[in-house]
Amino acid sequence: MKIRQISVFLENRKGRLYEVCSLLGQAGINIRALTIAETESFGVLRMVVNKPDEAISLFRKHNITANLTDVVAVEVPDRPGGLAEVLKVLSDGNVNVEYMYAFVEKFSEKALLVFRFDDPGRAHQVLSRAGITVISEKELPNL
Amino acid sequence: MIWNEKIETMPLEDLKNLQSERLVKLVRYVYDRCPVYRKKFEEAGVSPSDIRSIDDITKLPFTTKLDMRDNYPYGLFSTPREEVVEIHVSSGTTGNPTLVGYTREDIKLWSEVMARALCCAGAKPDDIIQIAYGYGLFTGGLGFHYGALEMGLTIIPTSSGQTKRQLKIMQDFQPRILACTPSYCLYMAEEAKEMGLDPRKGSWRIGIFGAEPWSEAMRREIEETWNMTATDIYGLSEIIGPGVSQECTYKEGLHLFSDVFYPEIIDPETGKPVPEGQDGELVITTLTKQAIPLIRYRTRDIVSMTTAPCRCGRTSPRTSKIKGRTDDMIVVRGINVFPSQIEHVLLGIEGTHPHYQLVIDRQAHKLDEVEIMVEVDEKIFSDEIKQMRALEQKIKKEIEAVLSIGVKVKLVEPKTIQRSEGKAKRVVDKRVL
Repeated sequence: MKIRQISVFLENRKGRLYEVCSLLGQAGINIRALTIAETESFGVLRMVVNKPDEAISLFRKHNITANLTDVVAVEVPDRPGGLAEVLKVLSDGNVNVEYMYAFVEKFSEKALLVFRFDDPGRAHQVLSRAGITVISEKELPNL
Repeated sequence: MIWNEKIETMPLEDLKNLQSERLVKLVRYVYDRCPVYRKKFEEAGVSPSDIRSIDDITKLPFTTKLDMRDNYPYGLFSTPREEVVEIHVSSGTTGNPTLVGYTREDIKLWSEVMARALCCAGAKPDDIIQIAYGYGLFTGGLGFHYGALEMGLTIIPTSSGQTKRQLKIMQDFQPRILACTPSYCLYMAEEAKEMGLDPRKGSWRIGIFGAEPWSEAMRREIEETWNMTATDIYGLSEIIGPGVSQECTYKEGLHLFSDVFYPEIIDPETGKPVPEGQDGELVITTLTKQAIPLIRYRTRDIVSMTTAPCRCGRTSPRTSKIKGRTDDMIVVRGINVFPSQIEHVLLGIEGTHPHYQLVIDRQAHKLDEVEIMVEVDEKIFSDEIKQMRALEQKIKKEIEAVLSIGVKVKLVEPKTIQRSEGKAKRVVDKRVL
């Protein structure tokens, strides 16, 4: 039930993020969720797109370092304490969150969050047991 | 003052006879004592009886850094290890470092040539010298120390670093002579100004600078900033360390002590001698060394040489400042750096072979800085920042361990590093010397 995230290596320089995003735009690839982690000299752009395979080959063609990472998309109740409940389940189940971010658009009354776990398989088990919905790549509405 | 008047002002004909006599003895010595040299001579089809004068030196095979590496540690020694009283180690191009050893007599030789060098630069026996070259495995500090001891100077062995303390010591003891790398001297001037000191009122009047390339412009700047005479010294650990050659106060070339270090200038491609005054690779034979005598050692340094007499009265030949290298070695803060060393480290990390580039820069009045740019490919890329940081740190630590100097590591995107004819340019030296 994992979904594929595209991770891109970016140097911290002006206009670089724009260049990468416009490449995707020109190829008709839609960004569904994204986050950037940065240091003083470089950053890592992480995103979920509607056509991951196309995105990867596009980046390779343009000499942009990118790879695919397995992440988990989790439905989180959109109300105070909603995220805390999910995190408690994960914490009780001994699963570590490396990082997380949210989808751009909403698909239901619930928010959809992307989690990068140290052990995605285990995370999936723990979440299912607690009745928390994990969304597969196929289930993501096509936009 | 000339330290060894008899030798240093010897008429050229007598000097040549002395060199011939010493070469004949040397060739027999290494042939009898060092199996590596015996084999080299046999392969070159030359035997000790073929060498009758210094002019026969061209019959002998060259020795290279590779010979030192391949026979690490003791293969090139002509004396048993027990007779060696000191060893020094410098980083090698790949893998093995370069080891040099000295017998008691070799240390005496080192003291002698360094005393000559100090006098050549203008030192007098009642002087105080501040030695701010590193003491330790690097030959700089101890080489100067032995020469100053031989001359009977008062030595302040500050070694390198701790700039504020260097300046305090200079103020307290008023040494007239400073020995360090030229870039460190300029760096100290900046530090002095920050401390509210006027460098021109400092006590140093003679500077003996070496272990890295520097220019006439830098000389003028040092002389003006510190109100001192800045002289150039040359040496390499394979030959002895500092003390192979030194400028006199006329500063018209470096006097090479050819009675003990016989110089040839060759075309690096053909190995044949070039006409006097033309640029070529400096090749040195150590005529009197015992532990590791070297026959026709290829220094890889490009210089020109003249045998014309100098106004100072010394008859030794004089070389120009180093004009370049025949290999890709660069010198940073007195440390020899080969791009292949970086390659080696990167290859050892994750087993990949990323593109890299060394950028050497020197901000005005600052020490040289080395930045290593490494292109991030898919093999070493991770979506987790902590992994990327760990990679950066690992590269940094391993390179620093190999080079013994601090470096910066910068991860860059693929194809950032400029390539010429498809080949990445490994070194960008932005230093304005």
